Amino acid sequence: MQRIIVISLLILYFSTSISNALIKVDITRGNLDPLPIAVSPLHVDPSSTNHKDVKVKQLGEDISKIIENNFRSTGLFNPLKKDAFVQKPDIAHLKPRFEDWRLIKAQALVTGKLLIKDEKLKIEFRLWDLTASKEMVALAFTTTPSNWRRVAHIISDKIYERLTGEEGYFDTRIIYVAESGPKDKRKKQLAIMDQDGANTKYLTLGNELVLTPRFNPANQLVTYLSYFRNLPRVYLLDIETGIQEVVGNFPGMTFAPRFSPDGKKIIMSFAKDGNSDIYTMDLENRIVERITDHSAIDTSPSYSPDGKYICFNSDRSGLQQIYVMKSDGTNVKRITFGDGLYGTPVWSPRGDLIAFTKVRKGKFYIGVMRTDGTGERLLTENFYQEAPSWSPNGRVLVFYRETKSGSQGKGFTAKLWSIDITGYNERKIKTETDASDPSWSSTLSK
Amino acid sequence: MKFNTKVKNILLVVFATLALSACATQKKAGIDGDVYTGKDTVEYLASGVPDRIFFATNKSSLTTAARETLRKQATYLRKNPKLNVTIEGHADERGTREYNLALGERRANAAKDYMMTYGVSGKRISVISYGKEKPVNTASTPLAWSQNRRSVTVKVK
Repeated sequence: MQRIIVISLLILYFSTSISNALIKVDITRGNLDPLPIAVSPLHVDPSSTNHKDVKVKQLGEDISKIIENNFRSTGLFNPLKKDAFVQKPDIAHLKPRFEDWRLIKAQALVTGKLLIKDEKLKIEFRLWDLTASKEMVALAFTTTPSNWRRVAHIISDKIYERLTGEEGYFDTRIIYVAESGPKDKRKKQLAIMDQDGANTKYLTLGNELVLTPRFNPANQLVTYLSYFRNLPRVYLLDIETGIQEVVGNFPGMTFAPRFSPDGKKIIMSFAKDGNSDIYTMDLENRIVERITDHSAIDTSPSYSPDGKYICFNSDRSGLQQIYVMKSDGTNVKRITFGDGLYGTPVWSPRGDLIAFTKVRKGKFYIGVMRTDGTGERLLTENFYQEAPSWSPNGRVLVFYRETKSGSQGKGFTAKLWSIDITGYNERKIKTETDASDPSWSSTLSK
Repeated sequence: MKFNTKVKNILLVVFATLALSACATQKKAGIDGDVYTGKDTVEYLASGVPDRIFFATNKSSLTTAARETLRKQATYLRKNPKLNVTIEGHADERGTREYNLALGERRANAAKDYMMTYGVSGKRISVISYGKEKPVNTASTPLAWSQNRRSVTVKVK
């Protein structure tokens, strides 16, 4: 749907190497002392021409707001108020007066400028280490003006990467199920938005029930469950062309789809005569393989990032637990033995953790554990929440939460939330409608 | 003051008794273990033939009452050989979505299998799971959840 526009990226120069940078954000623990950062509005070159899609004069301010908002959402940065800023954007971008910026307690400074001419947007930005009085990053981009939001996210990613040493995740999107209407007649549509909630687009009309959309980690394909013609089947959707197709030729319900890490296979459950087992289908040659063969329910499969293992949900022990097996279905091992039920296992893109939903004594928890089931950490407890999905850098989980409802479903809501794997920085994600089943995309510019 | 305290205590006792009796009536009105046994929400395929059966949490095993209902449905289907049905399997909202889809499928098939043992051809019965997507009672209470853990036999028109 939304065309991915290639952004030309020009590295101006790095004046400092990573080793002698003084400021560094530690993201391995909950950060209770976020880094104070000043994001100067980008200077708009006065020779810029007007543009039909863009408010040119405001653009420098608007881009800096997106960057600030991204930083704030991480919980790792504290963007400072602009009214205390001590230098004009254009002058600061040339050479900040470091001692003046330090006076307002900023430790890092972002400056930049932009020019719109001949249907092109040229942006450059610099990140300054105010403690060491040095430039840390300088980059320039050229793109179409309507692409300005993405540039703001890419700049945010570059700064985040420079300051944390981790991959950024701002130039990403979230696909989810948009919900509206009463609880017993819920209208559900596929929807997609930028990670910060902007640019919401609805991909289906809501005529049929749709559930559990998941991004292909390698491209912009999506797989999901649709009740089209009242037949619950796994579908494939190309969000650029809008073309959808049913996956495989199964004589019954297929559900719980996910892509393999290389994006070439779909792994899912197929229910036959009341029993659900796990299957894969190769998207190129359409060959279907059966992975599990057990009389219990096997569902919610998710590959390890190297494609060698699969974690999944099964009640073969009597109740829902999480299992890991080799990707050919051999060597099945149960990994959860704690008190309660476990569902929705999802392997971290870093490979080291599995996120899950746990149900215990009428409460729902989102948690993470090592891939052998040890080191369980419960991040958040609520009346109902499930379906964690990883940010592409494996630092943040997005999931959905439903509220308890009164008679006639009164007070029922479903919303998206995110939380750091540290257990800190729990946030509600703004969506136009109620929302569930989120799936986080890979970084678009990769 | 003393008198007031006494009155308060008496009132408390009265309220406690009321609360207890309310609990007791709720049990009578419909949950055994955690399987719904009442008549609310039930519709009928024909006179005396209920359209639905209820399940315990996370279970798809058929209770005595469920078997009785399914036998009635099977008899009704044998008497009406041109009629086909769909069995819809459902789960309550207290489980993860994907597992609930599988559970709904298993519940509907448990009902189908039982009816087949009473002489109804499997070709006449199709099955669909809605997981937790179509609650019949939208409250978040144990009673509502017990009414939602169900399979419903629907005539195909």
